[in-house]
Amino acid sequence: MTGIVKLFRRDVRGTTADTPRRTFIRRALSGYFAKRYPLQDAYADWQAARTTAAAIKFDAVNRLDTHLETFARQAEARGTKVFFASTGAQARDYVLALCREQGVRSIVKAKTMTGEEIHLNEALEKEGYGVVESDLGEYIVQLRKEHPYHFVFPCMHLKRGEIRATFEKALGDVGSDEPENLTMVARRVLRQEFLKADLGISGANFLVAETGQISITENEGNARLTCALPRIHVALVGIEKVVPRFEDLALFLPMLGTAGAGQALTGYNTLYAGPRQPGETDGPEEFHVILLDNHRTRLLADPEQRDALHCIRCGACLNVCPIFKNIGGHAYGTTYQGPIGSVITPHLRGLQDWKHLSGASSLCGACTETCPVKIDLHHHLLQNRRNAVREKGVWWERLLFQGFGLYASHAALWRFGSRLAVPGLKLHSRFSGAWFDPVRLWTKTRTLPRPPERTFRQLWAERQKQKSPRA
Amino acid sequence: MNVSLFVPCFVDQLYPHAALAAAQVIEGLGHTVTVPESQTCCGQPAFNSGYWDEARPVAAQMLQAFAGADVVVGVGGSCSAMAKRFMPELFQGTPQEEEAKALAGKTWEFSEFLVRKLGVEDVGARFEGKVTFHDGCHGLRELGLKEPPRALLRHVRGLELVEMKEAETCCGFGGAFSVKFAAISTAMAEVKCESILETLGEGVSCIVSNDLSCLMQITGWLEKNGKPVRGMHLAEVLASR
Repeated sequence: MTGIVKLFRRDVRGTTADTPRRTFIRRALSGYFAKRYPLQDAYADWQAARTTAAAIKFDAVNRLDTHLETFARQAEARGTKVFFASTGAQARDYVLALCREQGVRSIVKAKTMTGEEIHLNEALEKEGYGVVESDLGEYIVQLRKEHPYHFVFPCMHLKRGEIRATFEKALGDVGSDEPENLTMVARRVLRQEFLKADLGISGANFLVAETGQISITENEGNARLTCALPRIHVALVGIEKVVPRFEDLALFLPMLGTAGAGQALTGYNTLYAGPRQPGETDGPEEFHVILLDNHRTRLLADPEQRDALHCIRCGACLNVCPIFKNIGGHAYGTTYQGPIGSVITPHLRGLQDWKHLSGASSLCGACTETCPVKIDLHHHLLQNRRNAVREKGVWWERLLFQGFGLYASHAALWRFGSRLAVPGLKLHSRFSGAWFDPVRLWTKTRTLPRPPERTFRQLWAERQKQKSPRA
Repeated sequence: MNVSLFVPCFVDQLYPHAALAAAQVIEGLGHTVTVPESQTCCGQPAFNSGYWDEARPVAAQMLQAFAGADVVVGVGGSCSAMAKRFMPELFQGTPQEEEAKALAGKTWEFSEFLVRKLGVEDVGARFEGKVTFHDGCHGLRELGLKEPPRALLRHVRGLELVEMKEAETCCGFGGAFSVKFAAISTAMAEVKCESILETLGEGVSCIVSNDLSCLMQITGWLEKNGKPVRGMHLAEVLASR
């Protein structure tokens, strides 16, 4: 077992035993469900919307090269600097070099998971640049030196009192733990940071190829300040975020709001189309877009799982996932939690190190059912399991399944074995749950059914005999 | 119609009466039931664990056992989904691909067979009491069987269906997952069972499902936690008179 798996198992033991926190997470999500489903039902045809969205993303991803070139050409035409980063290191180096050249002193950041993915804050801080997260949830987890718990709701695991305590530790007395008050406290601090900053870093929800714009969706307005106030704006965006046409946003913006947060449309949807143009009075002097691969092209090379690049990071699959709700976001140890994270992390960071996340699923399929862009999520988990075994199986598992295969592919052997089933089960029931019980992993928390007197085969044979006594 | 009954291995050995009830219900509608002797296991444990090469000989045994069948009816959503949904994928590009497709095409899950193939919702059953229904994920999402079991239950005389809040939430069984990640599996069972226990206040006395692997997990957790609730396969309810 690798260290990553040990850590996962240790964390899972802790979080699954924390019943109050699990209950809190379920309750926190109940508001989302109450809002989401009525909104979804208000679509003339939500399923048709999903099919259309999947078709648009299919085109976007399957002609990614063309769309990205179009994006770059259009963006550059308005003075945007576009940089293609193959790796996280290249993206970090680009930002660091920019900071040095431009004499950057203060940085604000809007919410960006690509930033998390390439550990941008750590790289900047190591070089002596202070970075302040301006999204309220991200700001809170930054103060706590934690990673986001959920890639859409980064601090959903925290109760009000915990947030107040976090603020008090960092900022002194803050008064009540009313959400409005805590928001105002953060606002006062963050406003100063916006005014001070000379570099704003953001991600993007969509890249519009046709127009060379980036689209950012948010609820707080902090991203607008991050992108507009500082002298320089850098957007770090995964290459899969591209949509071909401007009109595609007419579907994707409401869809993202609905599936992601249970909102008809998110509070602010802003398009950025370049730095300040001649004659304009505001906006950054420089606008850089870093298009990040960081192994996304590995997914692109896999025709079976390529649709995972359709993802618009709405987080709906996390919200419905019984694994996520019971183990919590931090246990995954990944930038992207939940089903989508379990699917893509093995591609982004190595199959053998991250295959356990594909194993840690009952394959219930709630994720696939809810995904607005129809990613076949739970079947991809199954494919990851198969690919991991193909590459390097576990010897004793293979031996077990080979042995079982021999047994189950010989009907006579099977018939003989099944006669031992009832006595075997009866014997087992005498030591069920004991320390030497071979199925203790089951019996520790669940009982087994009481053994029947006869197997179905035996009952059926008797019944047939009674029906035609001479046969 | 001549129906070949597909009895999953653990049903054969742990829940024989559910399979017997399924046979009775089908016979009661005037059809003949045969049980192919050479059926063993569908190969799902190896398949779901990623060992597809090891799963193939087992699944091939099933292909052979049901090769001559007109119609195959499976007692359980999960194993039926294996035959109907996954076997063509497992045998893709092998000489048995066509056989696998043929089996998939003629396999029905029990409630699906009654409602969608036979067009029967009332099998003449009588069962006094309130029950709640658990949707097994494979039946619900791989086979799209939200409605058939409920349609059948609605027509049972004396029975009242009380929906639980988390009816569609996974019970956490997941095959080998239930022991490989026992802590997660158990936490999921707890959430599911709390939702079931809520319905007891409304007079529910029995949890019904069309998947016995889920029932094993659910009733197993409830019993271990000192809150036993009777679990019944849908076929057992439908065979009640």
